[in-house]
Amino acid sequence: MMHCFDMLYSPTLLETQYQSNELQRETQRDAYEFRKLGEVKVLGASLSIFCCRIEWALKHKGITYEYIEEDLRNKSTLLLKSNPVHKKIPVLLHGDKPVAESLIILEYIDETWRENPLMPDDPSEKAMVRFWAKYVDEKCVISAWTASRTKGHEQEKAIESTQESLKLLNKLIEGKTFFGGETMGFLDLVVGSLPNWIKFIEEFVGIKLFDTKELSFLHEWAQRFTEIPIIKESIPMKEDLLNYFRAQQNAK
Amino acid sequence: MADEVVLLGFLPSPFAARLKIALAEKGVEYEYKEEDLRSKSPLLVQMNPVHKKVPVLIHNGKPICESLIALQYIDEVWNDKAPLLPSDPGLRAQARFWADFIDKKEMIWAAKEEEHEVAKEFFDCIGVLEGQLGDKAFFGGETLGFVDVAVIPFYSWLSVFEKYGNCSVEAKHPKFTAWTKRCMEKESVSKSLPDQRRVYDFKVGGILTKLPIDQDL
Repeated sequence: MMHCFDMLYSPTLLETQYQSNELQRETQRDAYEFRKLGEVKVLGASLSIFCCRIEWALKHKGITYEYIEEDLRNKSTLLLKSNPVHKKIPVLLHGDKPVAESLIILEYIDETWRENPLMPDDPSEKAMVRFWAKYVDEKCVISAWTASRTKGHEQEKAIESTQESLKLLNKLIEGKTFFGGETMGFLDLVVGSLPNWIKFIEEFVGIKLFDTKELSFLHEWAQRFTEIPIIKESIPMKEDLLNYFRAQQNAK
Repeated sequence: MADEVVLLGFLPSPFAARLKIALAEKGVEYEYKEEDLRSKSPLLVQMNPVHKKVPVLIHNGKPICESLIALQYIDEVWNDKAPLLPSDPGLRAQARFWADFIDKKEMIWAAKEEEHEVAKEFFDCIGVLEGQLGDKAFFGGETLGFVDVAVIPFYSWLSVFEKYGNCSVEAKHPKFTAWTKRCMEKESVSKSLPDQRRVYDFKVGGILTKLPIDQDL
């Protein structure tokens, strides 16, 4: 960029015309470089409850991105290079900077693109959001996943743990439109497709996890959440999950 | 209104130590309350009803649970001094990632039954972190950062891991050892961490209590 200032010191008419074209090319090149730096890609897997959070956050902020579907049985070089530690999706690539772990990606998105904020401003409210986001991933998701893959006593314990954790979420959403208040926020994206995924597990495995009467507030929230246009167009539905996993089962 | 800060902790807990270091770095005065985990106080149960675990930071009556979440809270509230997280979102994401990494690994090694397996997971983790540190003085660069505060409390546990792994940390991971020494030169760290001997007696000797060390105890 420095030599464009040098050009300003050579003022003949022809030279000025040349300089103006050169400056234009320079500016375009810089703009392209900036855009290239700013390119956003998401490495994901459709139906993943973690990946949809990322796409929703980007759409919520009006950020254009390229979505790349990963075959998790045959992970791409790009994925392995971008997330060598965990080798998991989702991964966000901003320019060539990778960010991994969905909750960390969500915070990165919120801090990089400040419009339509997902997190509250107040530090203690932020801490509460982070607490419950961690709770969703470490208790609700893990318990439900364990319940889907175990039998006997271990499964019973996992079912109980899932039900208990959902009751806490139900209590948390009681009296609120969204977890974020009047409009959806960080925690709404995190809880996101959990109810659908849990209902899918119930049907696929044949266990009882989500009692609609007992979890009426959570159930109603899920219906409101799914009606939001950017959510509605891409939320993994129970039927999608059932079709996919049944096909997987039949293929074996 | 003067700030009222209380920390509910447990001496051997590396998670509680994280908050002690952060509060010391920021020059925050607080009241420390040692919990007897065999008999949890009504205050602990009231302030952390979901997990009933330490540490809990209580700021003007409001509880903040989970050590990494409380660390970020401390960094955001007392933001005039000793920043733990950088301001750049990409670097913040990296710091959060590595702090999360050690906590994920901790859940794995804490769940192992065999001592040598615990040691293996711990030392694997240290190896990866050493790679991340590179030639920097601290993970945070020139000064203590988020990852330094998250990791250094495990220094108090090194005697335990050395026993489990039947090895010397200094021999196995000299770079990590040099980093721990640099951290321990800071008063905020050395005054916040329990003696390795006390932790060894607790974990290996069963002194204090027979409780296993769990995430956020």
